[in-house]
Amino acid sequence: MPKDTGIGASTKRREDVRFLTGKGRYTDDIDVRGQAHVVFLRSDVAHARIGGIDTSEAEAMPGVIRVFTGRDFEGVGGLPCGWQITDRHGQPMQEPAHPVLAQGKVRHVGDPIAAVVAETRQQARDAAEAIMPDLEELPAVIDMKAALAEDAPKVHDDLTSNLCYDWGFVEENKAATDEAFAEAAHVTTLELVNNRLIANPMEPRVAVGDFNAATGDHTLYTTSQNPHVIRLLMGAFVLGIPEHKLRVVAPDVGGGFGTKIFHYAEEAFCTFAAKALGRPVKWTSSRSEAFMSDAHGRDHVTKIELALDAQNNFTALRTETYANMGAYLSTFAPSVPTWLHGTLMAGNYRTPLVYVNVKAVFTNTVPVDAYRGAGRPEATFQLERVIDLAARELGVDPIALRRQNFITEFPYQTPVAVEYDTGDYEGTMKVLEEKADLAGFAARRKESEAKGKMRGLGVNCYIEACGIAPSKLVGQLGARAGLYESATVRVNATGGITVMTGSHSHGQGHETSFAQVVADMIGLPEDMVEIEHGDTANTPMGMGTYGSRSLAVGGSAMVRATEKIVAKAKKIAAHLMEASEGDIELKDGTFTVAGTDKEVAWGDVTLAAYVPHNYPLEEIEPGLEETAFYDPNNFTYPAGAYACEVEVDPETGQVTVERFTAADDFGNVVNPMIVEGQVHGGLAQGIGQALLESCAYDEEGQLLSASYMDYAMPRAHDLPMFTVDSSSRTPCTHNPLGVKGCGEAGAIGSPPSVVNAVIDALHSGGHRVGHIDMPLTPARVWAAMNGAVPNMGAAQPAARTDATTEARSVGGPATRT
Amino acid sequence: MYAFDIERPTSLADAKALLAGEAQALGGGQTLIPTLKQRLADPGTLVCLSGIAEMKGVTSGPDGVAIGGGTTHAEAAEGLKDAIPGLAYLASRIGDPAVRNRGTIGGSLANDDPSACWPAGALGLGATIVTDAREIAADDFFQGMFTTALEDGEIVTAVRFPVPEASAYSKMIQPASRFPLVAAFVARFPDGVRVAITGASEDGVFRWREAEGALSADFSPEVVTGQPEGPMIADLHGTADYRRHLCAVMTRRAVRAALDGTGGLSSAGA
Repeated sequence: MPKDTGIGASTKRREDVRFLTGKGRYTDDIDVRGQAHVVFLRSDVAHARIGGIDTSEAEAMPGVIRVFTGRDFEGVGGLPCGWQITDRHGQPMQEPAHPVLAQGKVRHVGDPIAAVVAETRQQARDAAEAIMPDLEELPAVIDMKAALAEDAPKVHDDLTSNLCYDWGFVEENKAATDEAFAEAAHVTTLELVNNRLIANPMEPRVAVGDFNAATGDHTLYTTSQNPHVIRLLMGAFVLGIPEHKLRVVAPDVGGGFGTKIFHYAEEAFCTFAAKALGRPVKWTSSRSEAFMSDAHGRDHVTKIELALDAQNNFTALRTETYANMGAYLSTFAPSVPTWLHGTLMAGNYRTPLVYVNVKAVFTNTVPVDAYRGAGRPEATFQLERVIDLAARELGVDPIALRRQNFITEFPYQTPVAVEYDTGDYEGTMKVLEEKADLAGFAARRKESEAKGKMRGLGVNCYIEACGIAPSKLVGQLGARAGLYESATVRVNATGGITVMTGSHSHGQGHETSFAQVVADMIGLPEDMVEIEHGDTANTPMGMGTYGSRSLAVGGSAMVRATEKIVAKAKKIAAHLMEASEGDIELKDGTFTVAGTDKEVAWGDVTLAAYVPHNYPLEEIEPGLEETAFYDPNNFTYPAGAYACEVEVDPETGQVTVERFTAADDFGNVVNPMIVEGQVHGGLAQGIGQALLESCAYDEEGQLLSASYMDYAMPRAHDLPMFTVDSSSRTPCTHNPLGVKGCGEAGAIGSPPSVVNAVIDALHSGGHRVGHIDMPLTPARVWAAMNGAVPNMGAAQPAARTDATTEARSVGGPATRT
Repeated sequence: MYAFDIERPTSLADAKALLAGEAQALGGGQTLIPTLKQRLADPGTLVCLSGIAEMKGVTSGPDGVAIGGGTTHAEAAEGLKDAIPGLAYLASRIGDPAVRNRGTIGGSLANDDPSACWPAGALGLGATIVTDAREIAADDFFQGMFTTALEDGEIVTAVRFPVPEASAYSKMIQPASRFPLVAAFVARFPDGVRVAITGASEDGVFRWREAEGALSADFSPEVVTGQPEGPMIADLHGTADYRRHLCAVMTRRAVRAALDGTGGLSSAGA
């Protein structure tokens, strides 16, 4: 029976009432008395030396308070990188400076050159246009492989090359892996591109800096997924503000998808300028600015090889990936193609030897960092594509080939460092076969063919490492931060509870599902629990929300704090009932003494805690408030199996997704409705990547997909009704809730099944196409049907054309804001 | 956007007077407003044409259907349903509901975006574009990408469409902008068939004469073979070869829809 309250109930999202009725309070809704507005002048060229910046005309314009350039930040730190990678030879990665405003050179279209603070946004924009930067244009590097050529122009003159690092993992496995390939009965090789994406949260980024000269207190309101991380990075590394004098507030945030994890220049600028000017300073990104200043995602070019023995057992896997870092290292950029990617290359399979090589490359493009899934979609895509290709080459059923190689015993130590605690890949595959009605596919294909369409079925498995992660482990891997989570549970005198969490909700529904957990543990109605998040002034130090970690890590912290509350409340109850503490039981919000009819209500105990007239003061303190920090001892490993059915129009190459089924193992589920919603959103973004979304630059480094005229976001019409099932469950063995995380699964698991399905459809129509690079637009599919060779191994993003719809119809691309 | 003044005349005469200076006419603003927002235009004064009652509405008469230049796509779609279902279909699939309730037929024709829908309907039906100064045959009106026979300040007050025996519109969308990547409007008249293609050519909307000839002899999809000549648009969303190929595919589908009486079809769905 489905529950109607507490853990396991599909409680309606309480936050939606304010989101859907316009009562949310977003950063742009915050106006501080006396605030000024900043507009950034951004580079409209990809690479240039700054000769000088004439700001005199701008400074004289109406309303202008001050014009800032890179010179004003010479004594200020650069934006820090939060993760250091050690390369194959034991050397640290090359780490360039990342100034708040460009110094010496601009390195990508959108790089901020100057900032105008004025009384109004309009005045600031007018003045920004009057700034005359003297830019000596330099050749740009866009293509990653070309960027590594010996004579390539350097993005950073003080680095030895454009190579950030050359990472080998596990380096000790390299020789054995090569040997396994030499002995293989069959080797399947695939070169592919994981297309560059722009996250496009509905709410663009905003920052408001404020400074109180009387107290020396700084406040930053910002669109962030992790306000404490911003406070630490900006305070300690950029501006030198101790944390007790810096408050960071991330109120309602309208979507993040990873791109709001990072510490951005605009946040540091507004905080810095507020003090320099004695005025609050506000920045609101335009949508055009977001395209060229929000960190992008993905952008890998990979060669993957799979070795099999004569019985089709996987014997080894070898990959070589070029990963685009963009022009600077965004906060967690180096970790994405390495520890969030290489460690997942075993997938769901017993491949004994895996060797992953990643070359991270600087180019004259917007920095690339984590985007929903971050490294794990790239790993899943290449692995599940090469397995599908191997099945086709060997003439075996792609599901059978996967099954034959499934990991079946847990815990399982992979050859790529991580240990899977639990899982049941056969379980999710069985659910998939049933829910997707795979048996009925042949009949559906006939129906499609009768309509003149080719129909394809694509299946894939996925595994992800979530709940990021054990601090000790990530510290060894180069993280410059811990990755615990925190919670304070504050019980009020009259029994209501406020939970302050270090996690941050920007659409995930934490306020609902976290309340379910705490209410369930005590046996209270959910509306007696309120969840507070997003303000460093009233929440304990937390690491924020990303990597599907909030319930697994943040929820666990909440459980630990609530356990402390219950333990103390039982002591109080024991005193009130004059019973032994060990005999006290708590059920449905009532304390009882085992074997007696004595009872005392939750509210009587909480009142006693704050009005301690009859209270064991000699044993315990008054009050009922507890904090816990939870540091997990492993990642969690959600996994599943997905199936996609597509129709392909043989005349136009148009792909339509007819059916999509997701069978996930998320361990225990707190709110099935919210989980299903998370999977829906992930699937929309995964299908968007597979069929629609593409961030493209031309060879000069102009951003071509600079607006929604040319960057195709998935819409409801592009998606079928989803079938989502998370009934196959192997609870996580090491966190108290047994939960694994569900936020990224859809985006990780769906692209390969879409591409597998399209390839299958084309083969059914006699087109022996091995691979098409994402997005599988009608034009690309049609070209592939007509013999075009896919963009195999070419390092994107340089597009073959510089023509766009926006340029033609509106006159852009809008490279100036 | 840069600051501008806006005038809201309620008569055509007032609008004409206001446009005599340096002002820019504003129809539904579906292209102009995004251009202004990006500061790619600084018109000083906008003359809003949407308050002019005499430029709005759909009227059917013995000579065909007249649509006021200030009529929105949504109003046109509704008013054309019975008279010219193929053109109603075209209007009902432009952009999304927000676009259809702001954008106007006059604005779209005057802008002559090479990927717009209305130019295909106007050229495919052999419409007459009525301005405040004269009447212009569609065959003379469209003169290349963003280029029309209109003089500066000339206002499209109405468009007159003859009623065909059958017509339909078939559209392959560009998935980001949802403008046509390539679309074909096909209309059958007693004296022959007209085929207009939008989205494909570097020269903007054009009539595909070879297809017209074949279809005039035999109005069935199978006769549409070959590909139109001329330079085709190549961009992020499709090569010239792909667009050239789609011309025939969209034309055949439009013929089929005209024969079925469904008005048309779109890759963007129903």
